Amino acid sequence: MEYSLFILIVPFFLFLVLGLLGMKMKPKAAGIIGTAGMGLCAICASAVAYQYFFQTGMVGEEWQHLVPVNFEWLRFTESLHIDLGILLDPISVMMLVVITTVSLMVHIYSLGYMHGETGFQRYYALLSLFSFSMLGLVVATNIFQMYIFWELVGVSSYSLIGFYYTKPSAVAASKKAFIVTRFADLGFLIGILLLSFYTKTFDFGLLTADNAGLVTTSMAGGTFMGLSIATWALALIFMGGAGKSAMFPLHIWLPDAMEGPTPVSALIHAATMVVAGVFLVARLFPVYFFAAPDVLTLIAYVGTFTALFAAIIAITQTDIKRVLAFSTISQIAYMMVALGVSDYGGHDGLGYMASMFHLVTHAFFKALLFLGAGSVIHAVHSNEMSQMGNLRRYMPVTNITFAIACLAIAGIWPFSGFFSKDEILAAAFHSNPLIFWTLWAIAGLTAFYMWRLYYCIFWNSNKEYNEHHKPHESPLTMAVPLIILAIFSIFSGFIPFAGFISSDNVPFHTHIDLTVASLSIGAGVAGIAAATVLYLKKSDWTAEIAQSLGGLYRAALHKFYLDEIWMWVTQSVVFRYICIPIAWFDRHIIDGAMNGLAWATHRSAGSVKGLQSGQVQFYAWVFVAGSILIAVLVLFF
Amino acid sequence: MIRLEYYLIISTLMFFIGIFGFITRKNMIAILISLELVLNAVEINFAAFNRFLYPNQLEGMFFTLFGIAITAAETAVALAIIINAYRSIGNININNINKMKN
Repeated sequence: MEYSLFILIVPFFLFLVLGLLGMKMKPKAAGIIGTAGMGLCAICASAVAYQYFFQTGMVGEEWQHLVPVNFEWLRFTESLHIDLGILLDPISVMMLVVITTVSLMVHIYSLGYMHGETGFQRYYALLSLFSFSMLGLVVATNIFQMYIFWELVGVSSYSLIGFYYTKPSAVAASKKAFIVTRFADLGFLIGILLLSFYTKTFDFGLLTADNAGLVTTSMAGGTFMGLSIATWALALIFMGGAGKSAMFPLHIWLPDAMEGPTPVSALIHAATMVVAGVFLVARLFPVYFFAAPDVLTLIAYVGTFTALFAAIIAITQTDIKRVLAFSTISQIAYMMVALGVSDYGGHDGLGYMASMFHLVTHAFFKALLFLGAGSVIHAVHSNEMSQMGNLRRYMPVTNITFAIACLAIAGIWPFSGFFSKDEILAAAFHSNPLIFWTLWAIAGLTAFYMWRLYYCIFWNSNKEYNEHHKPHESPLTMAVPLIILAIFSIFSGFIPFAGFISSDNVPFHTHIDLTVASLSIGAGVAGIAAATVLYLKKSDWTAEIAQSLGGLYRAALHKFYLDEIWMWVTQSVVFRYICIPIAWFDRHIIDGAMNGLAWATHRSAGSVKGLQSGQVQFYAWVFVAGSILIAVLVLFF
Repeated sequence: MIRLEYYLIISTLMFFIGIFGFITRKNMIAILISLELVLNAVEINFAAFNRFLYPNQLEGMFFTLFGIAITAAETAVALAIIINAYRSIGNININNINKMKN
């Protein structure tokens, strides 16, 4: 399966071509080249997936780790070396398909959405760079390769959030995203170094083999501040994942990242990049489970809290993209919880499978929601709910596909979200009642805020739009991806996921747990019903409810003041007590030493430069006098 | 037979007269002549030492001949430089040749 390398080469080549020659092309040509390349990539990925899942992947009732391409890049010691290669196993192949599919949809969609924008070619170049980095991340054979692509993904996300670089808010958002994730990546890097220092390898295969035996034996006994080294290392690695996957309290960058073009939000900040953290934990799952089960518990609780927190905020937001952003945070936290509560092996590893399952279905329906929101924004030129309403009359395709996505995320049978969410709830049900009931409540909240969003956009008022500015259905390039993604959102739930993905790579069977299923559908239906009552028609009740909740409502509207808290922490703690002293030291000690050296050189040169008079006879005189002096010294002393 | 010391006295006198002229004269032609005196003093030494220390060998004499040839070449170059200096600054006073410093 060496041709899997093409999946990486094609987007990289596209990035080079579009980035270097893009400005010489017509925008449309650049868009079509980018889209065609991505299509090729998607075909390759599907071929790899077919070959892996149906021909070569399964050997003796177990999914194999295949490494079709690998070369050594840097060697440090006999055993420690950084390789670059391609690792094919169920989750990476699954991710390849998801990423290339969503990316292709976004490429097609952008042909319509970004039409006429300045920097259209740059946009496609950056999309290709992002696709390349994300694909490289998921096929990484070792944790260091993953880290390299992890940062590349961060860079391309940064430049796409700041795509409208003339807008100060977009620039601020891109910087915020980069700095927050970079801060989290510091933890990731330290974690990698700790892990590789003890195990002497970066390789995922070696790290996870034999129930993570290498990690547990090499780190046995070491403790630091009361916790074992393995716990520290894996918690720090999770910190990197939490940054990328927007876990509390590092989620603050994701809502602001909505400043980027909407298709970018769909691709990067909903479907692919933000699940990198989940993917990272899933990739190292045996290590977490056997070497540091405490960290998994931590992940479960952080995830539960984040999911609840983000869902509450999502209810109050009025910017449609922000609602979706908080919904994304909440859903990713769901996946994290599923990993956190999962056991290892067979049916006990249900949470692991459910997490990956939800990752796939979420990628489709959330991309669909974002692209639908983009289509709405394209039509009404605003992100605010108050500017919308009654759009179902003008945008039938967007309306129907959006409704399908809302049903999917609300977890209504037979849409895809039902199956994956049900598995997550089932996994939580078997491990921890507190987490289960919180997740169950969140499922209701999710249904509520998504349908609030849906009604506020497409129903709510009998708003008549200005004759000159009538909203219109989006062009075909935008409608077709919506329809395709809607089909995926309906049917991807029927994939027998447990047969392909499991924590120990041995297929197992799942069955719908009727108690859990009825509870989750009940929560979803209740949420939808509540939203229908409150938002189908414009009513005064919403304002009254907001009034009666008072402080809680205001706090949620302001995202629980987390941005302000972080601002305070950075400005009055980090800046005042760390940055200002360091800046002083730099300016006065380091610069002072350099300037002093330059000053001394300058002064000494000034005092001797008079000797260089240009008078040959003076030179000759000095030379003769010097020679005589030396001769006298040699002869008489 | 004239003793070695006399040769050396003559060459030393010539050498220091040349040095003195080189340092004190301002006319570049005069400086060149002083330089010739220094070189000739050296060549006298070559010839004298060869004659008195290694009478059966001829290396010193050959060096003298080489030295004379080099002196001639050097004089030609120096005169060319002096003529060019005269063309560009209008005189041949050594104190005025300090443009290279800047």
